Formats: sequence, structure tokens, C-alpha cells
Amino acid sequence: MNNKKAQTRETAAGRKNQVREGAARILFLAAACVSILAVLLITVFLLVSGVPAIAEIGVFEFIFGTVWKPGNDMFGILPMILGSLYVTAGALVLGVPIGVLTAVFLSRFASKKMVGLLKPAVQLLAGIPSVVYGFFGLVVIVPLLGGRGSMLAASIVLAIMILPTVITVSESSLNAVESSYYEGALALGATHERSVFTIILPAAKSGVTAAVILGVGRAIGEAMAVIMVAGNQPRMPQGILKGLRTLTTNIVMEMGYSADLHREALIATAVVLFVFILLINFLFSLTKRGKKA
Amino acid sequence: MKYQKISAILLRLAVYLASIITVGALLFVVGYILVQGVPHLSFKLFEWKYTTENLSLLPALLNTILMTGLSLLIAVPLGVFAAIYLVEYAKRGSKLVRVIRMNAETLAGIPSIVYGLFGMLFFVTALKLGFSMLSGALTISIMILPVILRTSEEALMSVPDSFREGSFGLGAGRLRTVFRVVLPDAIPGILAGVILGVGRAVGETAALLYTAGTSSDTVSGITDSARTLSVHMYALSQEGLYVDQTYATAVVLLIIVVGINALSAMVAKRVTRRKI
Amino acid sequence: MSKFDITNLDLFYGQLQALKNVELQIPERQITAFIGPSGCGKSTLLRSLNRMNDLVEGCVITGKVLLDGQDIYASNMDTTVLRKRVGMVFQKPNPFPMTVYDNVAYGPRTHGVRGKAKLDDIVEQSLRDAAIWDELKDRLRKDALGLSGGQQQRLCIARALAVEPEVVLMDEPTSALDPISTSRIEDLCVTLREKYTIIIVTHNMQQAARISDNTAFFLLGEIIEYGNTEKLFSIPRDKRTEDYITGRFG
Repeated sequence: MNNKKAQTRETAAGRKNQVREGAARILFLAAACVSILAVLLITVFLLVSGVPAIAEIGVFEFIFGTVWKPGNDMFGILPMILGSLYVTAGALVLGVPIGVLTAVFLSRFASKKMVGLLKPAVQLLAGIPSVVYGFFGLVVIVPLLGGRGSMLAASIVLAIMILPTVITVSESSLNAVESSYYEGALALGATHERSVFTIILPAAKSGVTAAVILGVGRAIGEAMAVIMVAGNQPRMPQGILKGLRTLTTNIVMEMGYSADLHREALIATAVVLFVFILLINFLFSLTKRGKKA
Repeated sequence: MKYQKISAILLRLAVYLASIITVGALLFVVGYILVQGVPHLSFKLFEWKYTTENLSLLPALLNTILMTGLSLLIAVPLGVFAAIYLVEYAKRGSKLVRVIRMNAETLAGIPSIVYGLFGMLFFVTALKLGFSMLSGALTISIMILPVILRTSEEALMSVPDSFREGSFGLGAGRLRTVFRVVLPDAIPGILAGVILGVGRAVGETAALLYTAGTSSDTVSGITDSARTLSVHMYALSQEGLYVDQTYATAVVLLIIVVGINALSAMVAKRVTRRKI
Repeated sequence: MSKFDITNLDLFYGQLQALKNVELQIPERQITAFIGPSGCGKSTLLRSLNRMNDLVEGCVITGKVLLDGQDIYASNMDTTVLRKRVGMVFQKPNPFPMTVYDNVAYGPRTHGVRGKAKLDDIVEQSLRDAAIWDELKDRLRKDALGLSGGQQQRLCIARALAVEPEVVLMDEPTSALDPISTSRIEDLCVTLREKYTIIIVTHNMQQAARISDNTAFFLLGEIIEYGNTEKLFSIPRDKRTEDYITGRFG
């Protein structure tokens, strides 16, 4: 009798527990789905507000139009697309060799003590806000390059900004290379340097590629640092020492006072930027998959 | 033989040079701003109210703290709960898990200005929250969600399965196991992610310009427009008249960033020490 | 009446059949040992008795496992209640990263015991039963991860005892321990036998011979021979059992 009572009490408690467990599972699942929801919302809101403008302007006129004059209802963003690409390419040319070589140093040359000093430096570099980089570019780099915002100034600032990404990702892939490869090369009489550059670096290729792709993503998406140093003239790029405007800066510059079609054209600019980023994400996941195979 | 020697020396030089440039860039940026900015730090900059006379950064500093806190309040539970689902509940390698991971990665790659526009379209306009601290914090919290999710996931995965088995073996349910045994062990790792999120929130500008606005007073509620320190610095630099104050503001931002970095390094050290 | 009554049990991990048609009666308040070469299914069967295999994805079980006549795989069986009745000690000591006291109190708290005095009593009694009270009574507030391996394992036994189980499953509890700690745990098993039904998986035949009342010999997922320990070790009925206990394979 007593036993039976205890058992019913136990099952009642068990049922309450089950309800609590079920509720918790649903709560956690819902939290996990927030990421999906966020991506969906971002995509939908950008498309709904941006695509009609592209349709009204005309896809070809919008993407390949070379003149951006909102006052005259001319909305060609080719100058900004090229601007973004040029500035990013410049940042890669300057930043990738330095970043990869620094990663090689960290992974295969530096003493433990050096790593202990350099790593926090790289982390700090990653933590400095864009506005600070931009301001530094404005007061130091721009004056050095003739006092006006230019493509080169933007590329230099971006090169510094992508350094931490390139260094961290490359370094971890360099560290992951098996030491037996390296020892094999040494055993053949190769120098340390030769072994590192002919055996280890090629073996870490997919990781370094991933690092570069992430760097591209960071550079192409950066707005605040670029806006302070690039000059921002909405015209076709005219040389590395001339000012230009990128997709991101186009949005920041004009969003504040735009209305109607102009405003929608700016959101459409973001749609184009978003497509670029999705493309970069896709490339990145390809390199990751390649590494697994 | 000679060729090998020369190429070795050249390669070594290149590697050293690159590392010197990396460190040099950091020292130059930080050093220059400190040298130019520290002399202009004054009590005037920390007065309670902002005026065009004193250009006080205190209101922006307070706003930054509030904005960051509010963002964490939203993002940390979401990120940690999501990580709990992925690690403790979902079947490993299930389709849903893959989709969630992919979306989180996508979120991590979206530029802040796109977040800013989305925030403006969704929180400011569609949800009618206006240019406000709340719109800004919601935008930032989506931005830092992937960082927190990712690091929490890793922290949970590094908790040994024997802890879970031990707890289940005593008849504890999943919920109790997660909150009493797994989560406490994962907290240092999660904290590292939260600190990274704080760093991003403090440094963010583009996502806030068109969501939180640029009002220069300390907010009196979350529905007020508010500029954070980064936005404040951008606004000052755009006006071009207050270079000295901009330097000083940059110094304060840098000090905060260095502090956050030191904190995360300390936490990371504790995590690795415990794992050995 | 036997404590566990297992009939026609098959267990699959995906495609792989880990247990084949297991039939076994495990008597109450005795020590039953599972022996056999590694991968023979002895740990798998042990983990089926408190449904720890539920945590393994792709694990499918058919057949019946009765605990005091009650089917533990019935749909209305609450695993938390089952695991309270059937406790477990794992191969590697796995104390939680908390204090000694909180480790032992974890189970009772899980099952709703509140009140400091009550918990203090349970903690003391469990540690005494696990023969570790004298060593730990001054270190109750210390981190359990600071204990030695042998102490950790006895703490884990105390932790299992604290929920007042009827059965204690032990999955090679001494395989990670030194000889002195091992013999202390063996002694402990023999005393615990008065209050609890103990089922122990071991790869150490001498251990099975020393402490158990009954022994089941497993090979490739099947029970080859089961019976009184003394008999099984002195006059095995099956050739394979004999080969194994005389060390000709495994």
C-alpha cells in the first residue's frame, strides 16, 4: 500500500519532469533557429526593399551604369563595384604576403617567447575598431599620399585590417601540417627555410586560401575605415592615387538624406554587396570541404 | 650549395621583415594615437553633459556600456541556448544542425553596414522602434550571435562525456545534467566568446549609424536615440574641427579595447590551464 | 526471485549486432561478474540494464529486461527513476568538477532531497558505506578533481550509493587504478553485497574469481556459460570458457 503510494508520487513527479524537459528542448531549439530566422529576415527585407528599385532602374543600367547622379535619377553602380574590387585587390596585394609570411614566422620560426609577444599583438590588431583605423589613415596615411583620399590609402588601411584574419587562419593551418613531412625534407639535406617553403607551406595551401577568402570578405565589407580615407567620389576609378567610392561607403554616405528611389537604390547597393558576400561564403565553404576530402 | 644558402637567407629575411611590418603597423597605429591623444585627455572630456563647448565623451561612453550590456542580454542567452541545442540535444550531423551551422556562418560573414541597413528596415521601420538604443542593441545582438554561438559550441564540446554519463547514471534528466554539470564546466570558454562579442559591440559603427542614431546625450531609456563611443568618434572626425578631441576619444576607445583583449587573454589562459 | 530477468535480448548498433539472444537471471544481493575478451558485449549488456545505451545513437534493443518483474523498456518507464534504482560506476573515475560534498549530494538533490541536515546525513552515510569517510571528512569542501584516482573512484561509488539504489552496476571499476586501490574497492564490493545487488564487468579473471558469486562468460555478443563462480572457474562446462580462463586466448 505504502509502496504503491510512493510509486504514484514518483510518476507524478516524473510527468512534471517530462513536461519541463520537453519545454526546455523546445526553448533551445527555438534559440537555435534564430540564426536561420535572422538570415531569412535579412535576405527578405533587403530583397523586398531593393529589388523593385533594380527593376525600375533596369538591371543592366543599375549594375553596368557608369554614372551615379541621384539628382538626375541616374543610378549606375559600376563605379562602386569596381571601387570595392580595386580597393580589395590592393589590400590583398599588400596584406596577404605580409600576413602569410608573418604566419610562417609564428608557426615555424619564432621562439616560444616571440610567439607569446606576437600573438597578443595580432589579437590587439584584430580588436582595434574600424573608426580608429580610419582616423589613423586620415591623419597619417592620407597626408603622406598627397593629402587626398585615394584608392591606395584605402588599400593600405584595409591591408592592415585584414592582417589579423590572414595571420590567424594561415597560422593554424600551418600548425596542422604533420611534422613528418618537414622531417622528411630535412633528412634529404634541405635547409629549414627550404623545407618550410617547399613542403609545409604548399601542404597548408587550402588553409591559406581560406584565410585569403576571409580577408576578402572583411575588406569588401568594411565601411567606416574606407569612408574616411577613400575620397568617395562617385566616379569610375581613375588611378591608385585618385579617390574612389565603394559599395559600402556609397550606402553610408547617402543613406542619411536619401528618399524614394534614391533610398531604394542604396538598399539595392546593399543587395549587390550581400550577393558578393554570399559568393565569398560559398567559396570559403568549398575550400573547407576540399580540406576534408 | 651556395644557392641553397643564399635562398635560405633571403627567405628568412622575408619572414622576419613581414613580422616586423605586422608589429610595426600595430605599434605605429597605437603609438601615434596615444602620443597625439593622451595630451588632450582632460576633465572637460568627462563632464556629465555633452555640449559643443566641452565635447564630452562621457555620455557616449555610458551609452556604449548600456548598448553593449543590452546586446549581451539578448545575444548571450540566444547563443548559449542554441549551442546547447546543437551539442546536447540535436543528433550529431543531422540536417537541421548543418542548416543552422551554415546560417550562423553566413551571419558571421555579413558586413556591418548590411546589418545596419537591415536594422533600419526591420527594427527601426517595420517594428517601429525608431532610431533607438533598442534598435541598435537588437542589430548588434544578431551581429555577435554567431561569435557567441560558435565559442559556446566549442566550449560545450570540450566538456568530457564522462561528466554527462555520470549525471545520467544517477538518474538526472538532460536539463539538470546540462545546467548543473556541463554548463559550469564550459563557462570559461563561453566567457571568452562573450568577451569577443563585447569587443565587436564596442568597436561597431556602421551598424549603429542608421539604427541607434547619433544623438549625443546619455539615454534616459532604451527607446532614446544614442551614439556609442565609436559613433561619437566618427561624428567628431567627420566634422573635421575637433581633431584633438578625436585623438583623445580614440585613446579612450583603445584603452577599452586593450582592456578587453587582456581580459580575454586571461580567461583563455585559465581555460587551457584547466584542460591540462 | 531474481533481481533482473533478461529474456531473448538482442542489441544492434546500426548494422552491427552487439548482443545475441541473451538469457540471464541475476539474483538479488549477490555479486554477479561479466567476463570475456574486449568487444564481447559484456559492457554493452551492463549498460542495457539502466538504459544508458539510450544515449547511443542508432542503438536498437529487442527482447525483455525485467527488474523485479517490471519491464524496464516499457514505454511508461521513466529512465530517471530507473537509474535511481539501478546506479552505475564507470570505468574511469568521473567525479564532477565540484566539491566532494556536492558530488555526493548531486544525486539526492536531483531526486528532490532538500535540507542541509538531511543531505549532511546522506553524504556522511554514503561516504562511510564507500569506506572513504575517514579520508575525506576534512576535505568535503575541496574540489573532487584533486583526489587521487583510487579516492575518486570510491567517491564515485559513494555518489552512486547516495541515491539509495537497489542495484549497482560497475563497469571495470578498477581498470584505471593501482593494485592497492583495486584491493580496497574489491573489499568494498564484498561489504556492499549485504545491501545491494552488484553486477561487475571485469577483464580481470582473478578479480571475478575473488569477489563474485556468479559469473557469466561472454564471447562475440553471446553468453557462453553462466553459473556459480567457483564451479565455472574449477569445472567449466564449455571448452571455450576453459580456453579463456586458462589464458589460451583473449
